[in-house]
Amino acid sequence: MRAMVYRGPYKIRVEEKDVPRIEHPNDAIVRVTLAAICGSDLHLYHGMMPDTRVGTTFGHEFIGVVEEVGPSVRNLERGDRVMVPFNIFCGSCWFCARGLYSNCHNVNPNATAVGAIYGYSHTCGGYDGGQSEFVRVPFADVGPSRIPDWMDDEDAVLLTDALATGYFGAQLGDIVEGDVVVVFGAGPVGLYAAKSAWLMGAGRVIVIDHLEYRLEKARTFAHAETYNFTEYDDIVVHMKRITDHLGADVAIDAAGAEADGNFLQHVTSAKLKLQGGSPVALNWAIDSVRKGGTVSVMGAYGPMFSAVKFGDALNKGLTLRMNQCPVKRQWPRLFEHVRNGYLKPSDIVTHRVPLEHIGEAYHIFSAKLDGCIKPLVVPSAG
Amino acid sequence: MAYTREKPSPIESRDQLRARIPGWGVDLDPQDRPSVPKLRSEPDGNGAHWDFPERQLEHRPRERSVEHAFLTPVFGTTCPARGVSGLMRKAAYRRYSEGRAAHWLLLLAADRVDAWESHVRSFLTLRPDNPITETGVLSEFSHHGIASRIGKRRADVGHQLLDPLIVAGPWVVACGVAYSAIRSIAGRRR
Ligand SMILES: [Zn+2]
Ligand SMILES: [Zn+2]
Repeated sequence: MRAMVYRGPYKIRVEEKDVPRIEHPNDAIVRVTLAAICGSDLHLYHGMMPDTRVGTTFGHEFIGVVEEVGPSVRNLERGDRVMVPFNIFCGSCWFCARGLYSNCHNVNPNATAVGAIYGYSHTCGGYDGGQSEFVRVPFADVGPSRIPDWMDDEDAVLLTDALATGYFGAQLGDIVEGDVVVVFGAGPVGLYAAKSAWLMGAGRVIVIDHLEYRLEKARTFAHAETYNFTEYDDIVVHMKRITDHLGADVAIDAAGAEADGNFLQHVTSAKLKLQGGSPVALNWAIDSVRKGGTVSVMGAYGPMFSAVKFGDALNKGLTLRMNQCPVKRQWPRLFEHVRNGYLKPSDIVTHRVPLEHIGEAYHIFSAKLDGCIKPLVVPSAG
Repeated sequence: MAYTREKPSPIESRDQLRARIPGWGVDLDPQDRPSVPKLRSEPDGNGAHWDFPERQLEHRPRERSVEHAFLTPVFGTTCPARGVSGLMRKAAYRRYSEGRAAHWLLLLAADRVDAWESHVRSFLTLRPDNPITETGVLSEFSHHGIASRIGKRRADVGHQLLDPLIVAGPWVVACGVAYSAIRSIAGRRR
């Protein structure tokens, strides 16, 4: 089969690989029909995530058709059209039993602090991902869902992470009616978080970024008020000015480990790997939220320490909430919202590329060329 | 106003928001939000029909965090540890918990070694690494590389100048070292 393969930082290519096999009785093999490149894939691509091995296939956002099932699989059959949440989880451990699917204890031998994710380094379990013609899906009775007949492929693939995570980010903000919500980062997750904040009754939604084309999307797609931080000497002061000197009620960090805006922080984290991630966006969130407010963290960060302004968070009495999204728990409600037209996930898709051109797609996405917000990858199989 | 007790009055009323934003307030009640409350499972189960899953066979020794009691019942099998980077990775897993910086720094160092080992190995195959096609840098010409950056007040343009350095730098250094080594050997012969 053809698959995207990591060759070292900033280098990937498409190679011929063995089709994955059933390795556990509850595995399924899925033929991928559509995949996406995620902003967090860029952390891997840039060599920021520990134990990202040469030869790995990335891709934790994908949908496909069941090709083969293991002997203990009951809920899926060959030929089923399925969407697969980015988390791999067993459904029965202490954490899964409490709905913490992103924190499953039974699927990632390499770490206890992180769950398992498709195509996301050995730190996340050492599984291959879906930017490929076929992928192994463990716990096929637990993770995947059949795609509803009425749902488009492009909407379905965005529900496997980006939309679910954005909604989850807004949800962690514990928004009450009339809240001022500020979102740092207008990538896919930030756009969806901003849009979701309205569903939860926000009174005002503000989005901060430095890329004009993404801010434009935040205005049209997410109906948000937007600011380009490069136009302000100090974006935190500006946030205070426009919120009656109180600050926002809820701040959402949807930028994560490679946040720009501070050269030193960016270089020590993204370039020199001395931090688990550039805390620029997170620190802006801590500084911009009002005392007693809530900071929700949706951006991806590596396992190492980052220079986070913990003292400010303490002194301001903030609630910090964060997790990777337990995608499958979000689906029933999000399906309703998509069906009702409140959320149209595929509106943010800008690029559709064949698997063979995935190297260019990564560069375009990483360098933010060509107005790129969300690239989809179409494998040629089938 | 922050200096008195009143909450600032909202910019838009409920009705204005409802009119402007499709679906405004449909999840006003936290009970309508998924995964509320935390630490509660789906009442009708999640598809797991086991208390403890069957265990995947360990065909070759699989490294694991020292924080785990045993190898998890399911694990990824891609890219087994090999070469010098493999020894470093195994040492990181064997010796240090996830709480130790040494664990992660050793793994990151192993990643760099792995990249180099793999480059070298690729020259022994029919498909050596190609730094031009594999970085996707040719898309700079086909996808508005300059127009996407110039005059756009992007914060990342300065940082992006570092990227080619990080990618090409080690190659340039390696070529320089190789060149001077060949010259000094040639010089000694003379
Ligand atoms: Zn993702
Ligand atoms: Zn579990």
